[in-house]
Amino acid sequence: MNTIDISGDVMTDADNTRVNEPLKTSSTATVARDVRETVGDVTVSNPRMRCKSVNVYYNEKQAIKNVSLDIGRHEVVAMIGPSGCGKSTFLRCLNRMNDTIVGCRVSGEILMDGDDINGNGIDVVPLRAQVGMVFQKPNPFPKSIYENIAFGPRIHGLAKDKTELDEVVETSLKRAGLWEEVKDRLLQPGTGLSGGQQQRLCIARTIAVNPEVILMDEPCSALDPIATAIIEELIDELRQDYSIAIVTHSMQQAARVSQRTAYFHLGDLIEVGETKQVFTNPIHQLTEDYITGRFG
Amino acid sequence: MNNMSSQTEIDEAEIRSRRTIEIVNQGLKRRRAAEKRFRFYGKLAISMGMLFLVVLFASIVSKGYTAFLQTYVKLDVYIDEQKIDPQGTRESETLSRANYGALVKSTLRGMFPDVKSRRDKKDLYALVSNGADFEIRKRVMENPALIGQTLSLWVPADDDVDMLLKGHINREGAESERRLKDNQLRWIDQMWEQGRMEKRFNTTFFTAGDSRDPELAGIWGAVSGSFLTLIVTLLLSFPIGVAAAVYLEEFAPKNHLTDIIEVNINNLAAVPSIVFGLLGLAMFINLFGLPRSAPLVGGLVLSLMTLPTIIIASRAALKSVPPSIREAALGVGASPQQAMMYHVLPLAMPGILTGTIIGMAQALGETAPLLMIGMVAFIVDIPGNVFDPSTVLPVQIFLWADSPERAFVERTSAAIMVLLTFLIAMNAIAVVLRKRFERRW
Amino acid sequence: MQAPTIIIALLILSSVSYYLGRKRAFAVAQGHIRKLHSLPLYYGLYTAIWAGVPALLLLAFWFMFEDTMITHLVVADLPAHIADQGADRLNLVINDIKNMVNGNIVSSQINPAMQAAADHYKQLQSTSHILVAIIALCLAVGSGSLMLTKIKAKQRARNAVESFLTVVLILCSSIAILTTIGILLSVLFESIRFFRAVPITEFIFGLEWSPQTAIRADQVGSSGAFGAVPLFAGTLLISFIAMLVAVPIGLMSAIFLSEYAGPKVRATAKPLLEILAGIPTVVYGFFAALSVAPFIRDTGGLLGLDVASESALAAGLVMGIMIIPFVSSLSDDVINAVPQSLRDGAYGLGATQSETIRRVIFPAALPGIVGGILLAVSRAIGETMIVVMAAGLAANLTANPLEAVTTVTVQIVTLLTGDQEFDSPKTLAAFALGLMLFTVTLVLNVIALHVVRKYREQYE
Repeated sequence: MNTIDISGDVMTDADNTRVNEPLKTSSTATVARDVRETVGDVTVSNPRMRCKSVNVYYNEKQAIKNVSLDIGRHEVVAMIGPSGCGKSTFLRCLNRMNDTIVGCRVSGEILMDGDDINGNGIDVVPLRAQVGMVFQKPNPFPKSIYENIAFGPRIHGLAKDKTELDEVVETSLKRAGLWEEVKDRLLQPGTGLSGGQQQRLCIARTIAVNPEVILMDEPCSALDPIATAIIEELIDELRQDYSIAIVTHSMQQAARVSQRTAYFHLGDLIEVGETKQVFTNPIHQLTEDYITGRFG
Repeated sequence: MNNMSSQTEIDEAEIRSRRTIEIVNQGLKRRRAAEKRFRFYGKLAISMGMLFLVVLFASIVSKGYTAFLQTYVKLDVYIDEQKIDPQGTRESETLSRANYGALVKSTLRGMFPDVKSRRDKKDLYALVSNGADFEIRKRVMENPALIGQTLSLWVPADDDVDMLLKGHINREGAESERRLKDNQLRWIDQMWEQGRMEKRFNTTFFTAGDSRDPELAGIWGAVSGSFLTLIVTLLLSFPIGVAAAVYLEEFAPKNHLTDIIEVNINNLAAVPSIVFGLLGLAMFINLFGLPRSAPLVGGLVLSLMTLPTIIIASRAALKSVPPSIREAALGVGASPQQAMMYHVLPLAMPGILTGTIIGMAQALGETAPLLMIGMVAFIVDIPGNVFDPSTVLPVQIFLWADSPERAFVERTSAAIMVLLTFLIAMNAIAVVLRKRFERRW
Repeated sequence: MQAPTIIIALLILSSVSYYLGRKRAFAVAQGHIRKLHSLPLYYGLYTAIWAGVPALLLLAFWFMFEDTMITHLVVADLPAHIADQGADRLNLVINDIKNMVNGNIVSSQINPAMQAAADHYKQLQSTSHILVAIIALCLAVGSGSLMLTKIKAKQRARNAVESFLTVVLILCSSIAILTTIGILLSVLFESIRFFRAVPITEFIFGLEWSPQTAIRADQVGSSGAFGAVPLFAGTLLISFIAMLVAVPIGLMSAIFLSEYAGPKVRATAKPLLEILAGIPTVVYGFFAALSVAPFIRDTGGLLGLDVASESALAAGLVMGIMIIPFVSSLSDDVINAVPQSLRDGAYGLGATQSETIRRVIFPAALPGIVGGILLAVSRAIGETMIVVMAAGLAANLTANPLEAVTTVTVQIVTLLTGDQEFDSPKTLAAFALGLMLFTVTLVLNVIALHVVRKYREQYE
């Protein structure tokens, strides 16, 4: 049962049957069938985003089952769980990235400042500016480093002139801890950077449009340990200003960077709690089995 | 989303974000409009493409559908022994050389006894096609017993009459500017009212070879030529193409030479077709002394042209067979060639055949290179083998499109419709083949 | 004995050898096939190849040189007054003799000497055919039966057959190269002859094109001018118009199909658009000449413009329509090759779809699109039927799309169709134009294919 979640790919998450099959043989899976109630407190006192009874369907298949979760201020929420548990799908609901997938339906409420982001009259453009996203594989545009950062401010019209844009680029790169490394080659292609630098470039690109929430979908899965450490450090710093929701397949990473942890299993949110508590003293049997490496 | 929430503790980052959202919201309307506009351009482009397609088909069908009907005139011809076989020998030589035109003329004179002057007679004779003579001769040769009897038969009308009845010639206007004179119009109307003229299905169009007279011209010669040419093309390009693809995909070492061959094949696929015609003219005709205008040379040139298509499609088909199949065969002790022959090739065959059919469809529609090797000649006879001078359907279309007679316009369009029918059928077969045998590994 | 008969006889012999070889292998194995090195089938094939291939090769070789040899013999026996007429006349005589042999119409009066020569030719031909038939059949029987006696259990028949097959495969693969070389040689040789008559500089830079040369000295007519600039200009003008139509429509269609259209729309619109690509060019030519050109002329007339009935605009427009699916399918491929992650990246920042397309996907796909457009340009330049039917013959040097211009391909066709002597500068000029056409399209293709290939590798 050593399936490692290397493909945070949405379609894989959706493909429940594929992961179902091996799990059926294990005794723990039979328990999972009946679980509905989330263990632990899903709410926080002053949330940035609040999800209530979110369900996601891919055509007929239900990928997310009745999940409620708050994302608080100045915190990193880690979402963990075995491959295909729906954690990436859930993350992509938060800035409606699932809109681009044909046949995907979302129900339930996802509130941002009291408004349902799936509601009528809500445009995804400002929503995605407010809730940025960093992807599993670094995906810099095939343009210069400068243009990569300037892309968001340009399309949204955030900078009035060149000097203002330069400023945005510089601050964003500084916040992403990349400025010192690239300040002399801003006009070189972003694809020429190393993997870790590319991922930080993508984070800087997200920061450049001043989001409130940053979603990270396994941001380190394509990186080496050193680059991963740098990114983790960065995430911790960014927590000062932004709410961060991170999907990770590495439990150690979740333990290192997050304040709260949510454990997903086959589309259900099994347990939520303080990271420390979840990893040292999990309440639910499934969580414990996963943490201790019984499966996943 | 820009309403300030009631929550407390709004920090600096949040304020920045709120300000950003405000700016974003301000520009939103403009951006959504731009989005709509862009989407509209896309729709516009695709509709333009569709529109062109519809206009093209509509223009051809509307011009051509009338060609499937042809005006015929009913003549009651008295087969006068005095005129065709005065000696009464009934020898086929005599019968074949006899002047049947005289019979037609006297029949016409009999139908309109008041026509007296030479000019009027000439006008009257012009209403019936030359084909009438051939038709009577054919009947008499088949059955000499007809001599001395009155034969009632339908013969094709002249193309001008046909065009008039199909509404392509204007009855109004000055007589001198018309193809048909006033008295001719009168005679035509008279015959029409008597039921001696009617439009019938134009079998000649499908069974005859080319002719200078539109009412006698048909596509069968060109279709036969196309068929012979395609047979040569298929026989050459299919085995060679598949063999080349098999070698390049399965056995060729990766070196400079195979690289050059590969680049070469891709280039050949994009070389203008007329250049292949020049090759055919200089090589096959001038150097090797092969006959001009022959389907053999046409087939040779077209097979060189379709080879790249077949090779590229076959390689793609071979590539899509997973290596595990080869490994399985090799694992039980087959040689690489046996694995190829018995396992990989059969699995790739549907893809190869699809590519071949598409290549053949291209070859069927090709015109330019065939002009170079003389398949553009005026050929009446139906070609019987690959050495006979012949033309092909697209070239026939080209020749007819160049002819001044109004009646050739509809025949050209009709020939195009036949050609397109063949092409659509071939492509449909290719699609069905692909759908039925498509395998996802 | 005619060649097909001999070939069929050889093929029959070869298949008989196959059965004999197989049978022999069974006999050698004495019922234990496992004793054989190869399957019996391969022994059969081995024998068949030996029986058929050498004889067929001999036959091909023989027929390749038969004509030259016989002609040589016939000419040697010609009466002196015919034989000593100089090369040109002699060639005509030989042609006449050959025509008489084949029962075709001859150009000059038949005289007894020529009749005798023709009979001589015929007789030699039949002797030669009988001779080659005997030799070939003997060779086939001989080598086939020799191999038959050599069949042994240890013999590596499969390896031999497979080596033979490999050689055949290699030969088939090299046909592509041979074709290219053939094209190059055939246009190059005639072009060199042309450039001996007309200086290459005049051809490339000359501003006047009127290939009609006076055949007789007293004929009224032009002296023949071979300045190809008006042709190049005309070709470029029509191609440019075609690109103006095809690139925006093709590109936007591709963008719409790959980025906006749902699966259903794509499944219907794409094949419909591809029908445009499958329509033969002669049909487009007819459409251009009989529908579009008159329409443009009449519309121009209404607007008070003087439009030629064979305007460059009509030909270019229709050529553009023909190229739309070409541009759109190439761009579609290229756009689909742009990884989804780039789209996600842009959407994640709040870009709208059109912003993503224009600012991320299009720049990323640009090299591939440019490559595709270059291929389309090469196709427009080489397109023949549309311009032959809808563009003019007069070589006007103009940039006005409403006037008639002519193109390189039109001139090639006009110069080479109809009955001309093959050696006049007029027909040779067609090959020089062919050389230009081949070179330009080749360069465009090589660049375009290289660009597209590099582009693909970037995202693989």
